[in-house]
Amino acid sequence: MTMTSTLPPPAPPRRWTPARIAGHVFLAFWILLGLGITLGMAAGWDSSFLSTYGPRLLSGLGITLWLVFWSLLIGGLLSLPIAAGRLSNNRIFSSLAFAWVYFFRGTPLLAQAFLFYYGIGTFSPELEAIGLWWIFEEGLYAAVFIFSLNTSAYQAEILSGALRNVPRSQREACAALSLPRSITFLKVILPQAMIVALRPYGNEIILMIKGSAIASIITVLDLMGETRRAFSRTFDFEAYLWAAVLYLVMVEVIRRLWDMFEGRLTRHLVRRSDD
Amino acid sequence: MSFLKRFAITAAVVVLATGAAGAQDMKKVKIGTEGAYPPFNYIDSNGELKGFDIDIAKALCTAMKADCEFVTQDWDGIIPALQAGKFDAIIASMSITEERMKQVDFTNKYYNTPPAIAVAKDSTLAGATPADLKGVTLGAQASTTHGNFAEAKYGESEIKLYPTAEEYKLDLVNGRLDAVMDDSVVLGEWLKTPEGACCKLLGTLTPDPAIHGPGAGIAIRQGDTELKEMFNTAIDAIRADGTYQKINAEYFDFDVYGG
Repeated sequence: MTMTSTLPPPAPPRRWTPARIAGHVFLAFWILLGLGITLGMAAGWDSSFLSTYGPRLLSGLGITLWLVFWSLLIGGLLSLPIAAGRLSNNRIFSSLAFAWVYFFRGTPLLAQAFLFYYGIGTFSPELEAIGLWWIFEEGLYAAVFIFSLNTSAYQAEILSGALRNVPRSQREACAALSLPRSITFLKVILPQAMIVALRPYGNEIILMIKGSAIASIITVLDLMGETRRAFSRTFDFEAYLWAAVLYLVMVEVIRRLWDMFEGRLTRHLVRRSDD
Repeated sequence: MSFLKRFAITAAVVVLATGAAGAQDMKKVKIGTEGAYPPFNYIDSNGELKGFDIDIAKALCTAMKADCEFVTQDWDGIIPALQAGKFDAIIASMSITEERMKQVDFTNKYYNTPPAIAVAKDSTLAGATPADLKGVTLGAQASTTHGNFAEAKYGESEIKLYPTAEEYKLDLVNGRLDAVMDDSVVLGEWLKTPEGACCKLLGTLTPDPAIHGPGAGIAIRQGDTELKEMFNTAIDAIRADGTYQKINAEYFDFDVYGG
């Protein structure tokens, strides 16, 4: 056996097909566009922008993080009974859960924000009478309220979908071993469901981060609100560029965290080298 | 005369007539406006653009023999949209300010009215000075001279900024806001409507020339001097021939052109 036989065969010459030419043309176009934007920004760069509006953008970032954190947490808690409803055999309970999910997934977050902020605002005397007006009076709390309801519908779908995904045989096996139902759920069903649910949960957080920009139209000075304010003062697109960078950083952090979580949850599925 | 000959003559006449009409060379001008700022510019229940700005714009177009077309655009993006060429002029009660002059050119003003503050009818506020409004929640429209004025001079109040005038009005009605600041005419006209029945005018403010500028002008792209001159001439023309005063009288019982 000679050494040459182990070498891979030479790659066939790649032909310039129309698709390949088109691909190069498009790539060149995008590169030029990217360069153009970079040069355009560099030419009109105003170094005083960051010193004037940087602190305000960061305070906006803080508001955005606060908003997303509480919305996801409250939404997550709300999603538990809703997911239970989606899986329930009780017709009333399951149709209520279905209606909830149907409404919040089927209408735009923007419309929900207007409905719950300005729409509910018309009932301010009634809400004041029952002591709930404070939630809706302040744009920030109203935003948490709206986003929590919205994300609870999505999180309930993720959770119920993932639980449904675990094969019935797993439950049956647990029953055969006479494991208590709570142990079956917590130690057997839920860990397997979490593997399926993890990525959709990550997506939901990312969608929530980006969706939170809607808070800026109900007077909340979140990252988007501060950006729009800075832009309205300077008419400098640098404002939106920095906002885009900050949103990208948030999403990137989530992405990396999620890779770590997935590695941890699926560690039993990784083939070890000494196998 | 044969049919063919008659047809040829008719065709020739039609061609000449349309050619002559085309030769008049109507300049096409696209005008951007907000459509959410009654009584100056708004969309009525039939979905049509109405208001003082719109009528003035139409009169100016007639005076300068231009073929005008209206485009509605959110206030936030109205200057970038002008710069991007989505339209050629902004006629939307835009105050002539230093900040905006860095981005666009302005014609001479076509009206000038002072700012004012409105509050709920049962409000206990006595005056409209920054000291009177200390600690009060004050609303205004974002990216406007009124919003800037509120932020600059009413620092002791809690300022809330809204995308359009419609939203701060809703929040004054439902009690989220204690007071709102805007143009005196905009507030005055709104207080006359059923929606504005909740509220009253607290006081008219003295404009700050550094913030409010000399009044509302027509914004055009920088360097578009031809259009600027056309508009300036047209403003003078409609002021001179009484068209302006006629439109003024349709909307207001005082002279909005100001001093």
